[in-house]
Amino acid sequence: MNKYVKTLKNGIIDQNPTLRLVLGTCPTLAITTQAFNGIGMGLAATFVLVCSNIMVSLLRKVIPEKVRIPCYITIIASFVTVLQMIVKAFLPEIDKALGIYLPLIVVNCIILARAEMFAAKNTVLVSAVDGLGMGIGFTAVLTLMGIIRELLGAGTVFGLPLLSGVLPPMLIFILPPGGFFVFGVLIALANSLSKKSGKKVKESFECDGNCAACSEICPNEVKEAPENA
Amino acid sequence: MNKLLKVACSPHKFTKDNTQGIMLDVILALLPIGVLAVVMYGLSSAVLIAVTVATCVFCEYAWCRILKKPNSTTDLSAVVTGLLLAYSLPPDLPVWMAIIGSVVAIIVVKQMYGGIGHNFVNPAVCARIVLMVSFPQAMTTWRQPLSNIVTSATPLTPGIVEKPADISLFLGNYSGCIGETSALLIIIGGVYLVLRKVINPIIPLSFIGSAFILNFAITGNFNASVLAILSGAILLGAVFMATDYVTSPAGGIGKLIFGTGCGLITVLIRQFGNMPEGVSFAILIMNLLVPAIDKIPPRKAFGEKEDV
Repeated sequence: MNKYVKTLKNGIIDQNPTLRLVLGTCPTLAITTQAFNGIGMGLAATFVLVCSNIMVSLLRKVIPEKVRIPCYITIIASFVTVLQMIVKAFLPEIDKALGIYLPLIVVNCIILARAEMFAAKNTVLVSAVDGLGMGIGFTAVLTLMGIIRELLGAGTVFGLPLLSGVLPPMLIFILPPGGFFVFGVLIALANSLSKKSGKKVKESFECDGNCAACSEICPNEVKEAPENA
Repeated sequence: MNKLLKVACSPHKFTKDNTQGIMLDVILALLPIGVLAVVMYGLSSAVLIAVTVATCVFCEYAWCRILKKPNSTTDLSAVVTGLLLAYSLPPDLPVWMAIIGSVVAIIVVKQMYGGIGHNFVNPAVCARIVLMVSFPQAMTTWRQPLSNIVTSATPLTPGIVEKPADISLFLGNYSGCIGETSALLIIIGGVYLVLRKVINPIIPLSFIGSAFILNFAITGNFNASVLAILSGAILLGAVFMATDYVTSPAGGIGKLIFGTGCGLITVLIRQFGNMPEGVSFAILIMNLLVPAIDKIPPRKAFGEKEDV
């Protein structure tokens, strides 16, 4: 399979950042009260992911090993600032809905993890594709969660009243406990689907050195296992 | 269950108690309250009780069948959960909401964590809170007893508190949830359970006592404090819900801390929170603290001698 297609699929399905890597849980739980918020948050994170992956990959031979995390954060923070200004100027509604979670993309684990695990070790183009794949995976799950929670908790999907008059909504789904519940059920579903498809559930980022059995795209060796940021 | 393998908690004395017998005692203690509720609030409460019990038992059975586990419906714990859930619902709740509550209690709270003995919060209490949070309006619509007048006021609603505590509260002639009306029947049930050694009186007494003391300290009104104890879910919660074996501490000191915590949180929520009733939240919070509470009293192994 083409390296780029494989990287893209890796981000969306095999290593879905939300359901398989369980990263970026905070925005996932907090803003998925509406499907529209999920899309907004997902796209915003995708933008930052792609841009920061490209930049980190470009600078991967310049950034010294010891100060790489501050460097990554600076890069990510720059793009988040750009994004926040754009959203504030042109999409004030999304800015209002996402609130503090928009600037908090800076510390989103997915973005830092991809910079550390992927972009710092790969070429620019494949890093960009990885950012895109992870971003799409993140957006898809957030939107799905938003749809489920909005439908059950408010009776609407994207603001369309689907359940109004049929069943009164269960408010708990748009409150934090409902978020945890839907998230847990989705993770369980993803685990059971991947079990059925016969794929081994990847439990950690650590490389066991067994390159033959590994689906990861990596440049021949990993110097040190990155921490689960 | 293998009849030869009935072993009590440490020190592992041989015992005749089993889950089924204990649950049967609890059901016996709960039954008169249900009968009175049907008299007071009419057939709708009988329907609710039947529906929650049936749904709970069915969920337990279906879960065991689907996951190929031994059938655990015969231990009657699902029946008790269903009864307790029904007793903590208002009599006119739509039936489908009660079904959702039962599914939450058995599937989500109990079986997903491993079934009887493994749930870390009381299923009926948690299900009630899920319903309370999801359908706040339906869960706070009460009815005058022996009539069809719908009211949203319970004796806990501010403004009615000045009414002196009278005999009707004690006998159950006021609006409230199905099972929390008659203080007298709940107390009789509690005494029965204590005499049968099914429950330990420490939790109910410390729960009710601490609630009364804090209420009296805040309001300074003796009548209002007595009323606060007799109305709402304090008695039902203290006797039947907080005493759940799985979700309450094992030791005496732990039980005292647990009951006192329940009482204090209940009164704090009632007096300063924006919800009229706090019993279920209090029990849930204390349920979550049980693993920590269990570590507080110093433990002594059976037969161990005090160091001099």
